[in-house]
Amino acid sequence: MKSVAIVGASLAGLSAARALRDQGFGGRLMIVGAEPHRPYDRPPLSKEFLAGQMTTADLALEGDGEDLDAEWRLGVAATGLEQGRPLRITLADGSAVEADGVVIATGSVARTLGGDLAGVHTLRTIEDAAALRAGLDAARRLVVIGAGFIGAEVACVARTLGLDVTIVEAAPAPFARALGPEMGTALAGLHEDHGVRLICGAAVRTLTGEGRVDGVLLEDGRRLDADVVLVGIGARPAVDWLDGSGVQVGDGVLCDTGGATSVPGVVAVGDCAAWFDPALGAHLRVEHWTGAARRPATAARTLLSGGAAVPDALAPPYLWSDQYGMRVQFAGHTLPGDEVSVEEGDLASRRFLAVYRREGRTVAVLGIDQPRSFTRWRRRVNEPAGAR
Amino acid sequence: MIPACPLAALPRGEALRIETDPPIAVFHTEDGELYAVDDTCTHQDASLADGWLEGCEVECPLHASRFDLRTGRVDAPPAKLPVRTHQVVVRDETVYVMPSDLPPNLPPGVRTGSA
Repeated sequence: MKSVAIVGASLAGLSAARALRDQGFGGRLMIVGAEPHRPYDRPPLSKEFLAGQMTTADLALEGDGEDLDAEWRLGVAATGLEQGRPLRITLADGSAVEADGVVIATGSVARTLGGDLAGVHTLRTIEDAAALRAGLDAARRLVVIGAGFIGAEVACVARTLGLDVTIVEAAPAPFARALGPEMGTALAGLHEDHGVRLICGAAVRTLTGEGRVDGVLLEDGRRLDADVVLVGIGARPAVDWLDGSGVQVGDGVLCDTGGATSVPGVVAVGDCAAWFDPALGAHLRVEHWTGAARRPATAARTLLSGGAAVPDALAPPYLWSDQYGMRVQFAGHTLPGDEVSVEEGDLASRRFLAVYRREGRTVAVLGIDQPRSFTRWRRRVNEPAGAR
Repeated sequence: MIPACPLAALPRGEALRIETDPPIAVFHTEDGELYAVDDTCTHQDASLADGWLEGCEVECPLHASRFDLRTGRVDAPPAKLPVRTHQVVVRDETVYVMPSDLPPNLPPGVRTGSA
């Protein structure tokens, strides 16, 4: 393989470039990015960066003097992938790049509610974060739509800034998709302790206001006043550009356990990719930082070996969140019906470690302000039943 | 020299945080070596004493950066800067740390009390 093009210049794309060079790839390396920025770290956008404790420079992912000997094409989105030898990627400015191998790392796009009222935000990019911060500084009341991690972190920063905060969630329990209803409710208690109002089981009918948002109207007729609204209802994979390419897409680019797509010479990593997870028996799109940082090494081996390399065992998905000075950590994947037990601490103190089990096997671990025990428990996730 | 703990209070494979400014982590490896580094990961605010100790390396509990405890070198990203190391002395069955004179590499948003 003489040339590789990486489409996507965020954590997954940068990690793929590093992995290719680490694994001895000495050919031409091209990195295409839709955003104009060098790779930057997104998790702080809803935490320290939003709170004003980190600057743009602090977000840089590349080390001082790090040189991957790559050709960067930043500020231009990919518009298509054409099969052939070489593979051809067309770009929004009408140009194209050609390569023997392609790494798809185009990430995801925040879901929106539509409309164009001012004061309604999503949070994905550095510009989004700067705009949201300016909005919060001028506001008294924030409504967060969606009780997920980004919404929770923004709620937390907004409380610190003194805003009145309400979180609205359509599901019966908060954080349920990631943590299950029981632990989701436990985490929500932390927010209520800090004066956040939480409304669950309430769908949003519409946002109100003329030109600028002034409220959120719920399906049950309730109306919440708002100066700023954050829509945190998840993200969809940025894969539209692959329409017609032959790359098979479901909820994300469908990949095997090594990151290979349905097209030879093309692998996919990060938020846009749904790798087959043997522990689950299904493809699973993992939108966590750790997956974007670690899986590219496996995908690079797959690409450079032409698919002959045996993939590493998948590490369980891992996420962390910082809320009111508490460190929330979760590893694994929970499904409805898993048994959950608190192994250390207790729910009332909001500091605890909970373990999720399925057929006697540990499938996930949640730690709230328990970093040391979490470090140990995390390593037991997906071990065979009775291994310890 | 700062007294850390009685040697018997820090079994092999364990780590201890000393509440200095900035805090220091002391590690007792499975091989019986003692090392001390700044307790704060150079990438983001996390206690390395809470991390995973393997050989002479500690893995940050938050983002899995790895540091060589002998030199402070980064063995795995996302950390970019080495963690400051300190000298450890055992005298009369007590572990002492001799704090380094060099400036620390603290992550963004974390400051020492004097700075």
